Amino acid sequence: MRSALTMLGIIIGVGAVIAMLAVGTGASRKIAEQTASMGSNLLIVLPGSQTSGGIRTGFGGQPTLTLNDAEAIEKECPAVQDVAPILNGTAQIVYGNLNWSTRVSGTTLGIIRVRDWPIATGRSLTDEDVRSATKVALLGQTVVDNLFGGIDPVDQIVRIKKIPFRVIGVMEKKGQSVMGDDQDDAVFVPVTTAQKKLFGTTFPGMVRQIMVKARSAEDLDSAERQVTSLLKQRHRIGPKKDDDFSVRNLTQMMQAAEEQTQIMTILLGAIASVSLLVGGIGIMNIMLVSVTERTREIGIRMAIGAKTWDIRLQFIMEAVILSLIGGVIGLTAGITGSSVISMMAGWPTEVSLMSALLAFVFSGVVGIFFGFYPAYKASLLNPIDALRYE
Amino acid sequence: MVLIEARDISKIYQLGDTELRALDRVSVIIEKGEFLAIMGPSGSGKSTFMNIVGCLDIPTSGQYLLEEVDVGKLTRDELAHIRNQKLGFVFQGFNLLPRTSALENVQLPMLYNSVPLKERNEKAIAALKTVGLEGREHHHPNQLSGGQQQRVAIARAIVNQVPVILADEPTGNLDTHTSIEIMELFQKLNVEAGITIILVTHEPDIATYSRRIIRFLDGHLVSDKPTIEDQKGLRKG
Ligand SMILES: Nc1ncnc2c1ncn2[C@@H]1O[C@H](COP(=O)(O)OP(=O)(O)O)[C@@H](O)[C@H]1O
Ligand SMILES: [Mg+2]
Repeated sequence: MRSALTMLGIIIGVGAVIAMLAVGTGASRKIAEQTASMGSNLLIVLPGSQTSGGIRTGFGGQPTLTLNDAEAIEKECPAVQDVAPILNGTAQIVYGNLNWSTRVSGTTLGIIRVRDWPIATGRSLTDEDVRSATKVALLGQTVVDNLFGGIDPVDQIVRIKKIPFRVIGVMEKKGQSVMGDDQDDAVFVPVTTAQKKLFGTTFPGMVRQIMVKARSAEDLDSAERQVTSLLKQRHRIGPKKDDDFSVRNLTQMMQAAEEQTQIMTILLGAIASVSLLVGGIGIMNIMLVSVTERTREIGIRMAIGAKTWDIRLQFIMEAVILSLIGGVIGLTAGITGSSVISMMAGWPTEVSLMSALLAFVFSGVVGIFFGFYPAYKASLLNPIDALRYE
Repeated sequence: MVLIEARDISKIYQLGDTELRALDRVSVIIEKGEFLAIMGPSGSGKSTFMNIVGCLDIPTSGQYLLEEVDVGKLTRDELAHIRNQKLGFVFQGFNLLPRTSALENVQLPMLYNSVPLKERNEKAIAALKTVGLEGREHHHPNQLSGGQQQRVAIARAIVNQVPVILADEPTGNLDTHTSIEIMELFQKLNVEAGITIILVTHEPDIATYSRRIIRFLDGHLVSDKPTIEDQKGLRKG
């Protein structure tokens, strides 16, 4: 009973270590996957200012981002490789008697390269589609799954907002985004078609965002500067005025997400170290009690020929065993705990063999460290006094 | 052959301002193969002497030589090694490890001597046989009578083939009949195996098993005679 209580600290500590590592590795792996799935070296240009806090769109003025801005960025910024303007909205898409509500994005063929998102079957959007505002659509995998039960969707006609569109291709499966939503639940149409037929506004040529892919990771900063200065110039923004647009670096957004999981990791790490410390002190206490209770035994062993390190090793081993038992229970608790975390917080977790080993080593080290003092005390006992101890 | 030589051994305890001479300039020579009894009233220094002879304690002054080695110059671990290899202890209170089988108790000294498990087992079983405890290997101390427990302790004392057994009032907790059995066992070990026996007792009947008796009084060695003469003296006095 006493040892069970003592082990609790180790159990919690090791459990927290396991959970910490599970959350940490799971989250960073997921972030890495998502970073790759968003496309690399990405900038997102949004209307409205970022510096002034809230989003300040050009109310009453002109729309802040247009198709022309996107074209200008592609032509005039040398650090930029590809550009994809986006005008999106939610719309109902119907095929036969099935319908599905999804995010429809008007864009250009740039989207394929900007998002590193290849076509699985069929063909991509072309410049001609954009120029002529053809009624064609590229479908994400989730949309295909929900509307076409095994039928090849290419060349089928779907209705978006009751307007018939010909399906020209299907995108490859992409998975979840950083925000946790399904990226495959998407439809792409030519941006011009979206402007004219689907999400028409009073401002012709308006887009909601422009995605920009820099030539390389090194070019990301210069691309950001070039885009910013080009848009300042195009939007005639004076040197002291706030921008009416903002450029976001996706890498930074990823870093923010990573920081969030790091905070969780640090928190768990703190719990782990505190409980391991408490557990260790508990073990030290129980071992000190044990040394006192077994003073006579120590005396007998010494009389019979136990040397200093024979006595020390005996008690250190006992502390380590106690600690390892706690470690094994903690491992189980940690695995359970991390699946609970991933269920409740929707966080992916991963318990690796490495972290299990680490937990083992951790509890062993705690046992050795906190077992040493009681063992040391035991080894210093005077054999005669120890033998006489009642 | 001289086994034990004590030269002017004193043990002084400092109790506040006064000093207590538990042993006062004691000199004794004990030959190999002797069966020696140490007698004297309570508090006369018998146990103190035994502890020094047993390398559990060191004298305040004087020299103690065991097989011609000056024990006073040795480290803690070297003393432990000597206890393991040369000395077997038998205590009044048996001092077996509780919750540990007779066999494991007897194996204990070999544990500190890196004897392989198989050999440890064989030797422990043989030692238990010597003391007449065949078939009790797996009994725990609380399942054994006092006499049997003391036999386990004796088996543990002899298992490393030590030259000396030190027994401090080994029959103090036993009835007369069992005491005789234990003393006969000591006698057998002394005669048949040539093990030197040093025994503390205050019962004259027990001391008759010895061949030499030394007597302590207030830390002084006051008498050192063959058992027969010592007992004659007693009858006269
Ligand atoms: N550790 C100690 N501290 C102080 N006095 C002690 C200690 N050990 C023994 N003595 C004293 O030394 C004397 C001799 O003790 P001991 O050798 O145990 O006597 P006994 O002949 O009964 O075995 C006694 O007066 C005892 O009180
Ligand atoms: Mg005594």
